[in-house]
Amino acid sequence: MSFNLLVIVCLLYVSLLFLVAFLADRRAEAGKGGWLRSPLVYTLSLSIYCTAWTFYGAVGYAVRSGLEFVTIYLGPTLVFAGWLWIVRKLVRIGRRERVTSIADLISARYGKSNLLGVVVTVIAVAASTPYIALQLQSVTLSVAVFASDQPPGWALPDSGATAAWVAAGLALFTILFGTRNLDADERHHGVVTAIALEAVVKLLALLAVGIFTVWTVADGWADIYQRIEASPVAEWPLQPGRWIGLTFVSAAAVLTLPRMFQVMVVENVDERHLTTAAWAFPAYLLLMSLFVLPIAVVGLEVLPPGANPDLFVLTLPLTEGRGDLALLAFLGGFSSATSMVIVAAIALATMVSNHVVVPLWLTLRPAGARDPGDVRGLVLLSRRFSIAAILGLGLLYYRLSGGSAALAAIGLIAFVGVTQILPAMIAGLFWRGATRVGAGLGLATGFLVWLYTLFLPSFGADGVLSADLMTNGPWGIGWLRPQALLGTATLDPLLHALFWSLGLNSLALVTGSLLSFPGPVERIQALTFVRVFEGDRARRGWSQGGADAEELLTLAQGILGADEALAFFQAEAAFQGKAGFLPDTTPDFIEALERRLAGAVGAATAHAMVAQFTGAATVSAEELMAVASEAQQIIEYSAEIEAKSAELARTARALGEANDKLRDLSVQKDAFLSQISHELRTPMTSIRAFSEILGDTDLPPDLRARYTGVIREEAVRLTRLLDDLLDLAVLENRKLQMNMKAGNLHDLISRAVEAASNTRPERQMVVRRDLGAEFLPVFTDTDRLVQVFINLISNARKYCDAPAPELKIRARRKGGRIIVDFIDNGAGIPKKDQSLIFEKFARLTDTAKAGGAGLGLAICREIMVNLGGSIAYLPGQGGAAFRVTLPVRPQGAAMPEAADGSAPTETLS
Amino acid sequence: MRQPLFLARKSYRLRRLVDAARLLPFLGAFLFLLPVFWRDPASGQSRTAPAAVFLFIAWAGLIILSALIARRLARAESGDAAGPDDRKEQQG
Repeated sequence: MSFNLLVIVCLLYVSLLFLVAFLADRRAEAGKGGWLRSPLVYTLSLSIYCTAWTFYGAVGYAVRSGLEFVTIYLGPTLVFAGWLWIVRKLVRIGRRERVTSIADLISARYGKSNLLGVVVTVIAVAASTPYIALQLQSVTLSVAVFASDQPPGWALPDSGATAAWVAAGLALFTILFGTRNLDADERHHGVVTAIALEAVVKLLALLAVGIFTVWTVADGWADIYQRIEASPVAEWPLQPGRWIGLTFVSAAAVLTLPRMFQVMVVENVDERHLTTAAWAFPAYLLLMSLFVLPIAVVGLEVLPPGANPDLFVLTLPLTEGRGDLALLAFLGGFSSATSMVIVAAIALATMVSNHVVVPLWLTLRPAGARDPGDVRGLVLLSRRFSIAAILGLGLLYYRLSGGSAALAAIGLIAFVGVTQILPAMIAGLFWRGATRVGAGLGLATGFLVWLYTLFLPSFGADGVLSADLMTNGPWGIGWLRPQALLGTATLDPLLHALFWSLGLNSLALVTGSLLSFPGPVERIQALTFVRVFEGDRARRGWSQGGADAEELLTLAQGILGADEALAFFQAEAAFQGKAGFLPDTTPDFIEALERRLAGAVGAATAHAMVAQFTGAATVSAEELMAVASEAQQIIEYSAEIEAKSAELARTARALGEANDKLRDLSVQKDAFLSQISHELRTPMTSIRAFSEILGDTDLPPDLRARYTGVIREEAVRLTRLLDDLLDLAVLENRKLQMNMKAGNLHDLISRAVEAASNTRPERQMVVRRDLGAEFLPVFTDTDRLVQVFINLISNARKYCDAPAPELKIRARRKGGRIIVDFIDNGAGIPKKDQSLIFEKFARLTDTAKAGGAGLGLAICREIMVNLGGSIAYLPGQGGAAFRVTLPVRPQGAAMPEAADGSAPTETLS
Repeated sequence: MRQPLFLARKSYRLRRLVDAARLLPFLGAFLFLLPVFWRDPASGQSRTAPAAVFLFIAWAGLIILSALIARRLARAESGDAAGPDDRKEQQG
């Protein structure tokens, strides 16, 4: 295996990664997500949990501590098996609040406090830097294996250049594909896809080496079982304390490691992917650890004593003469290292730029300048520099530490470091009472205790802490010894650090939370996070005044870019029902905008930026809430009063109308009685008078004949009046015998016009009809209907006072009803009389002129009611207008068979 | 929010499925802890090989169980969107 070949393969592999990332980004940009968004890719991207520490280090760990290495994978297995508890909630919150990093999550939960974001960022950087150094070291070591002819031991090759080259290449990749876009919603498809590919490579590589070990070097599982029993690896006793502690730490780390949070929450495209990842990710971990013990055991037997167990995965195939397998293993290790570094750099750079650089810049720029200008460019630039700086820091750490001790130790130290975020995270997700003060105290306490008890001592005796301090404690105070606080010297150093840091962390968190009082934004955020599954977001108390949509648009353009900001504003304006690009600055809109910006620069920064424009920064949020709740009460109270008074007014109006009608009816009743007496008395008087005259015997015969005629006419009038009264009585009691017949509306109207023409025949009246529309079949008591029509037409002839009287008759069918309108061009009926005209004896003009008893319209109304229809006065038609409505088919009573057989028979059913 | 006293059989089964999914890590923790306390009666030492065999079998069993439950949950959830969501926090 030549070294040059290795370099060529390595470069080819890196080019492939660049190509895959580039193509995936292109695909995603073209909107063809497809398999890029599959649960498989999501699960594979989670596998950055398995870094070079797993790939190379697990075997070394197994050699040193036996079976204990599996705890690092059992913890995440438990977390993902119980995904409904925490992971699902994290992902939901992350998607809903557009969380950009774990620092952003903690900052947003605790009242968008940037200080907490900074604290978490510091912890993350401190814990991740050695971890990145570890990855660089693993690549360097594995390259050195190929570079030297004899299997290397602990001695580091003099090739610090390798680490520098790797770091530079990774920085380039990360900057190219990790800072293409800003928004949390636009995920790094290129990076994620490349990482998924690397996940496959590292799994295949480790499985290949494992299968080679078990079935080629050894003789199957049974042989391996025997060898494990006989191996020194088996002598390591399982310690319950460490076992539980390490499982817990790894479970916590899978939630709090910045890179895990990045792939698990920020890069998640679909919450449903969790149902796959819940079992597929543990399965991946199982496969990764399946062959660790066999490789360790066989490596110890085959390789010369003193060989670095951290490199067995590589040296075992080499020793057995399988250069190709070793190359594959090298690529696997390379993949593990690079994918971790890339994602960690993206996650950390996001945190550094959102929580340190941008807030600093916002504070430092000249006061009074509200327009932030090109924030987008600034954020991207700061992310690029942060990526470079973080990789530089890792490289520096690697150079300074000189590749100290075993790989696994650094990994565990980092795990315990990031575990300090766990109490704030869990309390934030499940306990509404957790406050910013508590979280800050807990994080700071945990971080400091971790530094003192684990991180600083890890540099070895006389590294950072002097050997004297380590053994005797600071200033000779024994119970403050870094690895034996309060004399707990029997604890394993790692457990000791975990116990004290997490214990004091949680204690500070709880105490601080119980004793402090959260601000309004904090309480709103607490509710939003803890009840994220209950759907309703707590409302924020923004004041409306001061925010100018145009200024906000400028701000958003500076952060999101012009096109995207315009699209967002237009969509929001459309949502409010407005055209154009400037929505009203309602609280809803402000909230949506803030959340959108938070996806790019983090919740705390977005909040601060928007607050400048809405003016809420100057008014304290407490005041706003107090004002809002008071105003709300007043609004509710006044709305209640308004509703009540409106109801009272309605009732009063109804009562007044009823009263008026009653009074009118009473007047009418009196009038009816006097009218009827009068109507009966007038013909009776003339009959009596003329019959007395007829009593004179010497009356000339011609006069006698005339007087007899008068008497007969008066008798006829009397009879007609009595007929009408009887008719009305029958109609009102609904005892009318209906004579249902089929007919044509046109014929009926013609009949009515004809019959009515002898009413005041001296008046010329034009009747306008729409003959075409009149041809409608009706099935009703046609004689009665004609009676109604005659009445209406006669009325028009009688009362229309226009110089050239004119009557329009319009018929049409609408729905299941036939509508006939009679409209004349006279003065119409005054509004006050419209409700009276259908009453008995309601004659508007004087009796003499009308020549009728005033029963006509009352009879019409009763007829129409009997026919199942109605008659009503139509106001506003430029004259007196009546509308007759009747059903196409009468309802209710079964109809007799029509004489001409034209009635539709199905109506009988 | 008031919870209904009786549920349709389907919703009842779904809730118990969620309960099972939530209890799974506790079963896992119990299984993973067990071999730590095993001692060889002859030597008084812990024995790595049988412990490893047991652990990997338990691990695989947990994964299979988890996959079965997760798949059924996913199917139920895609069946009715409101399904497992609404009883979430009241039980937790």
